[in-house]
Amino acid sequence: MDAAAWGLGTAVFLASTVEMVEAMTIVLAMGMTRSWRSTLAGVAASLIALAAFTAAAGYALVTWLPEAALQLVIGTLLLIFGLQWLRKAVLRSAGRKALHDEDQIYAEEVEQARSAGAVSSPGLDWFSFVVSFKGVFLEGVEIVFIVITFGLNAHNMPVAIVAAVLGCALVAAVGIALRHPLSRVPENTLKYVVGLLLSAFGTFWSVEGLGVLRPGRESLEWPGEDLAIVALVAAWFVLSRILVAVLRRTDPASSPTAPANQTVR
Amino acid sequence: MRGFIRGFAHFWYDFLIGDDWKIAAAVVTTLVMGAAVLLAFSPRDLVFTPIMGAGLMVAFVVVLRIDTRAK
Repeated sequence: MDAAAWGLGTAVFLASTVEMVEAMTIVLAMGMTRSWRSTLAGVAASLIALAAFTAAAGYALVTWLPEAALQLVIGTLLLIFGLQWLRKAVLRSAGRKALHDEDQIYAEEVEQARSAGAVSSPGLDWFSFVVSFKGVFLEGVEIVFIVITFGLNAHNMPVAIVAAVLGCALVAAVGIALRHPLSRVPENTLKYVVGLLLSAFGTFWSVEGLGVLRPGRESLEWPGEDLAIVALVAAWFVLSRILVAVLRRTDPASSPTAPANQTVR
Repeated sequence: MRGFIRGFAHFWYDFLIGDDWKIAAAVVTTLVMGAAVLLAFSPRDLVFTPIMGAGLMVAFVVVLRIDTRAK
């Protein structure tokens, strides 16, 4: 495996791990408080729906879009996605937004499950089925999106798929073993790293894809070709640290009279 | 049926635009401006691509500045 494949695999593995931790929290909350049978049925149904979604989206993208257009469309989506994560990471690091807390989310899910009424023993418990289906499908679509975009653009679907499966399997194995939300996973740090990677790859591919607008429809070239991605990761990292430092210095919450972590939505 | 359509639309809005529409607006605006420059002046790739990268970073800073400005 070359450096590009390792970079691709690392980005997809980390992103999948983060998404899977969030899905696992929902599944554990439903299974532990209501019905494991119905929760697992919801998980199975969402996996079938995800497989159909993946096949349809992958086929449509590969069949209908020329390469530069593919880079522009999915590079733009990836960039929007990455910058959302990076924005939250910068705000969290600067103390402008509360940290993501898996224990708190688990407690909220459990409370919601308990307030939904008693579980009827025969048949399916629809509440846990629907909540686990929705949770796994939503997080799963994000993983599928990352696998498809990274895999297609890097021309290496096998590495993207294997990395995602490894990330999901690791979280599932640890979650099943502990039977507790994975609050010890450094999720905020992982999200920061993934935000940086998605932003760098998104910048690279979206700009490259603008070449579809020129006669010949060929991708634009970056200086240093693929090595430019490394420079972009470094540039986004430096920019984010500068923003964190500036926001910390000008933080209204640092005033003794102002409440912390409440400044931004 | 209306609830399903609303839920479907909400899911995709949430997925593609996220909780801060300004990020999507900033990215799309910067890329549209870049496309206009590309078509009007045909700059050299090796000059244009890093400038676009820097432009996207400036757009991100502007969004964050709007988010965190003192009210």
